[in-house]
Amino acid sequence: MSGDLTSEERLLQATAREFAIRELAPGAIERDESERYDRSLFTKMGELGLTAAPLPESVGGAGFSYLGWTLVMEELGAVDMAMAVSLSVHLLSQYPVVAWGTPEQQARWLPAMLSGEALGAFALTEPHAGSDAAAIRTRAERLGPADAPEGYRLSGTKIWISNAPEAERYLVFATLDPALGSKGITAFLVEKGTPGFRFGAHERKMGIRACPAAELVFDGAEVPVANRLGGEGEGYRIALSALGEGRISIAAACVGIARAGLDAAARYLTERHAFGAPLVEQQGLRFMLAEMAREVAAARAVTREAARAKDRGEPIAEASSIAKWTASDAAMRVATDAVQLFGGSGYSRETGIERLMRDAKGAQIYEGTNQIHRLIVADEVLRSIGG
Amino acid sequence: MRIVVLVKPVPDPASGGERLGANGRLDRAAVPAVVNGNDEYALEAALKLTAAAPEGSEVTLLSMAPASAPETLRKALAMGATRGVHVTDPALAGSCAVSTAKVLAAALKQLEFDLVLAGVDTSDGLGGTVPAAVAAYLGLPFLSYAARIEPDEPAGTVRVRRISPTGYDLLEAPMPALISCTQALGEPRYPTLKGIMAARSKEIATRSLADLELDPSTVGGAVATTQVLATKVPPARGATEVVRGTPDEGATRIVEFLAQRRII
Repeated sequence: MSGDLTSEERLLQATAREFAIRELAPGAIERDESERYDRSLFTKMGELGLTAAPLPESVGGAGFSYLGWTLVMEELGAVDMAMAVSLSVHLLSQYPVVAWGTPEQQARWLPAMLSGEALGAFALTEPHAGSDAAAIRTRAERLGPADAPEGYRLSGTKIWISNAPEAERYLVFATLDPALGSKGITAFLVEKGTPGFRFGAHERKMGIRACPAAELVFDGAEVPVANRLGGEGEGYRIALSALGEGRISIAAACVGIARAGLDAAARYLTERHAFGAPLVEQQGLRFMLAEMAREVAAARAVTREAARAKDRGEPIAEASSIAKWTASDAAMRVATDAVQLFGGSGYSRETGIERLMRDAKGAQIYEGTNQIHRLIVADEVLRSIGG
Repeated sequence: MRIVVLVKPVPDPASGGERLGANGRLDRAAVPAVVNGNDEYALEAALKLTAAAPEGSEVTLLSMAPASAPETLRKALAMGATRGVHVTDPALAGSCAVSTAKVLAAALKQLEFDLVLAGVDTSDGLGGTVPAAVAAYLGLPFLSYAARIEPDEPAGTVRVRRISPTGYDLLEAPMPALISCTQALGEPRYPTLKGIMAARSKEIATRSLADLELDPSTVGGAVATTQVLATKVPPARGATEVVRGTPDEGATRIVEFLAQRRII
């Protein structure tokens, strides 16, 4: 399975595994229980370079392949999905700046994010615009002459913004005019502390509880034109351009959840005795284990293939949707079976097994619900036959 | 400060799959290799010492190992070592500690250094004799079981805290010297991602026995002074009791535990 990895990718994988086991595993259950984001762990990820792993060396990234990034996310997801999601979102908020930012914007915005000193967030979702992202209502009102605006005044509310309120740097999508639909959407770089920008309610989640998510409230927050990313009306394309990467990243973390469920269940079946023999002697349970292993292998295969497609520079809309949909469903099924195999111990919050199930559930919903991914895949299939 | 760190690829202890081949030698193909744990502590110490005085500093890895070793040495380069020297030769398979020390000493004669650092032992063989033997072959001062290393470059000396049963001994020797390193020196760093990428362009030079001007009939498996006859897995440990609570409660419980077993 790892035969085609380069020597650097294997070392990256080993480093991420060691980091996850040594740094993330020890407090993962407690952080979930107390809904506590441990910023020092993110700082350590920055020191290691994970916060810049798949970004090009030309902007100060480590220059790893996207396949390499999936190895990192699998290792982190296997141990602490909340931190994996936090890091994934941090990257998601950087890609558009790498792809669309001016050299001045990149120099101003990226270094502190690449090094992990500043945490990033991606602010698209609104109360009335989740899957239907083009329907956002947060307004960006031009300041100064229409043909040469000096800045923009933002008003509206974002919800479910992961890493808020902890994050310092927000990539915010707002519309110049809701009547323009997706063509009115524009992207802005907004810093925490900007007057008129505050945080609303914190989301109280089922899973990934140690990764914060909160409401953003813009009440006439002014941002200079220098903080507009891309042109007016380019925001929707900018948002979509980053989502493919984000989906592969979450898919890989889901492979990690599934792998963790499989490994834990396999060990448990060999250790736990019932009716005078280890549980693993029961053929019915072995069948479950085999099905779990199949899910992990299939999810990993489609995820890595999507990453390879990205590394080859191919379009990834279909591949990334298939990966995210397949891997999050696999994580949910395997985690559910892992809880079943652990029985009462799995249902207890002490062992961390039920956490896998709660964490997996969210991944079927965020980064595009798995229903949206079916629509994307169908669109791509029809496009391929000229339909 | 020029430091050479002796590094050995060993079967990953975490894999639990170490085993001997039919010839009584470790089956190195059975389990993925990693850098020996104690060697990583030695490397960490070397990186800290050179970072403190970076001018003209370098850390060279020296390894006697099978042909596949560079893959394992990459991690040590990614942690920050400057370059590697890999001694490999078909005749070296099955080398005993004496042979290994002879070969490493010969390789060191071709390098310039102020200090040689080595892990106190390796997790595969656990002999712990190679560092002292290398020092003996080269006539270098040997400072063992180091918990702290303090070189004084202007004076040309190095001080080492050597762990002893009751605390530590303070040793001082002229440089160059060879030091065996313990885990008390501090946790090894992770290779950073930029370090991993930078390691791609670092040199690992290969040396054969001929390069070291060693006669193949004097080293290696054919003239091994020791032979592994059998190995046995230690019995599994019994249940462990962890005592929690205040120091008073803990002490009371430990006294009870020992008294029950008539140990006190």
